[in-house]
Amino acid sequence: MATKEQTLATERRTKTILSVVLAIICVIYCLPVVAVVINSFKGNTFVKTETFALPNEQSFVGFDNFIKGMTFGNYPFANSVLYSAIITVLSTALILIFCSMAAWYIARVDSIFCKIVYFLCVFSMVVPFQMVMFTLSKTADTLKLNTPWTIPIVYLGFGAGLAIFMFVGFVKSIPLEIEEAAAIDGCGPVRTFFEVVLPMLKPTLISVGILEIMWVWNDYLLPVLVLDINKYRTIPIHIQYLKGSYGTVDLGATMALILLSIIPVIIFYLACQKHIIKGVAAGAVKG
Amino acid sequence: MVSRNSIRTTTRKWSWLFIGPVVAAFIIGFVWPFFQGIYLSFCKFKTISSAEFIGLGNYGKALADVSFQHSFWYTALTAVVSLVLINVLAFMVAYLLTQNLKGSNIFRTVFFMPNLIGGIVLGYIWSMIFDGILSAYSTSILLNTTYGFWGLIILMCWQQVGYMMIIYIAGLQAVPEDMLEAAKIDGANKWQTLFQVTIPNVMPSITICMFLSLTNGFKLFDQNLALTGGLPYIINPDGSTVNTTEMLALNIYNTFYTSGAASRGVAQAKAVLFFILVAGLGLAQLAYTRKREVQQ
Repeated sequence: MATKEQTLATERRTKTILSVVLAIICVIYCLPVVAVVINSFKGNTFVKTETFALPNEQSFVGFDNFIKGMTFGNYPFANSVLYSAIITVLSTALILIFCSMAAWYIARVDSIFCKIVYFLCVFSMVVPFQMVMFTLSKTADTLKLNTPWTIPIVYLGFGAGLAIFMFVGFVKSIPLEIEEAAAIDGCGPVRTFFEVVLPMLKPTLISVGILEIMWVWNDYLLPVLVLDINKYRTIPIHIQYLKGSYGTVDLGATMALILLSIIPVIIFYLACQKHIIKGVAAGAVKG
Repeated sequence: MVSRNSIRTTTRKWSWLFIGPVVAAFIIGFVWPFFQGIYLSFCKFKTISSAEFIGLGNYGKALADVSFQHSFWYTALTAVVSLVLINVLAFMVAYLLTQNLKGSNIFRTVFFMPNLIGGIVLGYIWSMIFDGILSAYSTSILLNTTYGFWGLIILMCWQQVGYMMIIYIAGLQAVPEDMLEAAKIDGANKWQTLFQVTIPNVMPSITICMFLSLTNGFKLFDQNLALTGGLPYIINPDGSTVNTTEMLALNIYNTFYTSGAASRGVAQAKAVLFFILVAGLGLAQLAYTRKREVQQ
């Protein structure tokens, strides 16, 4: 008996040690974000020389970096936040509505046309953006899709692959009998979809929604090529162009803007962590 | 009685509503640019309207381009090194987090967090950190190829370990409890159980994660652009310049947009080659997972 108690005690001790080790790694893991926070309150010259020191009397500049950051790079930061939000919300909404409708149609009608569309969608998931970036940006330009209100159509087109793939997978697992019952009760296809099928799709809608939000919000290359960047900049474009707008960058102000741009992301993450982790795991099929 | 066929027929009348918008957007956003891109890779062009068919010339130039060759090997090296490190670290963390340790949920939250930060922002965060360290030795990440390489690897690990960890945790939780129990009764120690019971059981997760990190590595763009932008560059004796930390995607981008309009045909040919490479990896993954499904 004594030996058993001993092994239990050793096991408990090992677990405590492991917890402590992991906690230390976690703190180290957070350091980059902490570095952003402390440097956003420092004057530009101190960011490079005293990167890891807390702001002191000399280097502390209060909220100057944030105030300067608002108009930094000859572009109002508030505009880029607004455009990022518009593009993300509209694109995600378009993708969720139209791709779930198309996926249901593809899964249920299953004609040759549907099979071709589905095949092309799956195929598009393995195509890297560089393959289409030049021609896509020219096509978008020609069709006047270069504003925050129209670029969601481009996102719908380029993002349809993964969304349709995930929705079709889920629709196929829904028993057909439910929809047949609705049809017998006199529901047309449109009502059947919106009142019977769509509510059942909720878990997949959340997963796909999370993936699209994360993609569109952080995307740099597609908007920079498609949008008219003198007028419209998203947050990643704005941050990338800070470098180009002056010879040297004001690192303090850059860190302030980076901090402002990751705060909403971290709040969003902490608020819907469970859904995010589930959604990301579900989207892991995409290479 | 409403038959399945009649439901299908009425549904088909609504095709314009259900599938029309996606098909239209898909043609604009993918199908047309894709096929036009393939066509243009065989053309000499400055603007699309001035395209002139020249056959395989662009491919010859692309393959002979020293900077393209360099970026291929550099990308392959980055992808393989990051694949090994990310997967080993992610598996270790996932294994520890499935041992009922105190605080596992908080640890998981923290490790996954960097995934939500975009590539451009990540690049600038880390360039500040590396330059903060390197400025003490009066150098910069932009001046040294070796630092640039390891800097990018550290950045990729920081970003992706949490993602792969989630997939590994799901795999580890699916290992049948009775198999672990049986191993314990048979007198296997922790290491034996890990290597002979746990790891064989999570092989599907390991495969997925390996392919994911490999394709992530090959497709990396934002982080590369923001961290080093390809710098430092060297000038070869023949006058050509090579950006030493430039990966494939960035090389294609620079050929399109910074080398002048005359090189766009070559850039599009590079893009097609890049597509074949990445799609090849994707198909290999598909074939591999299919084969496993058949076996089971």
